[in-house]
Amino acid sequence: MTSWLISLAVLLLLSLGGALWRVWRGPEPADRMIAAQLIGTGGVGIVLLLAAATDWSMIDVALVLALLAAVAAVAFAKAQSADSVGDPEEE
Amino acid sequence: MADVVTYFMTALGLGFYLAGTVAVIRFPDTYSRLHALTKADNVGLGFLIVGIAFQADSWMVVARLALVWGLALMAAGITAQLIARTALQRQSP
Repeated sequence: MTSWLISLAVLLLLSLGGALWRVWRGPEPADRMIAAQLIGTGGVGIVLLLAAATDWSMIDVALVLALLAAVAAVAFAKAQSADSVGDPEEE
Repeated sequence: MADVVTYFMTALGLGFYLAGTVAVIRFPDTYSRLHALTKADNVGLGFLIVGIAFQADSWMVVARLALVWGLALMAAGITAQLIARTALQRQSP
């Protein structure tokens, strides 16, 4: 069972390589952020698989990673907005 | 029995993850990629978590797994809105 979980985690890691390609190529900054979110969610998946394979206390690591991915998107939205206040409703 | 469910669910979750990654690479424009990312990844994460939950040895672990998935779902919804608005402001399609 642990070998199955760890091999899944490795496969997930390879799929993140595809996301890295999008980070490199992405024409728009938003595309790069999409790839960053993909890496964040994929990372959560990998950490959960390793948590199941080895030690359950790694679930907190996945929780923090999911949180940081969300905060990164908020930071991106704030940085991209005109006066960096980041209020999406403003014109 | 629990192992069989875990094998099947985690494989399904990985399938959705791969679909999400291929979608982010192949889709034509920003918004379709954003749509694919938010949907595919969270379904993949959900199946993964259900698969792993069968391996849990106590209910506390299952509760924490559900918490991670809930946070990921909420974060993905809000994140997709933010990124889409940011992309829209920069170049209206």
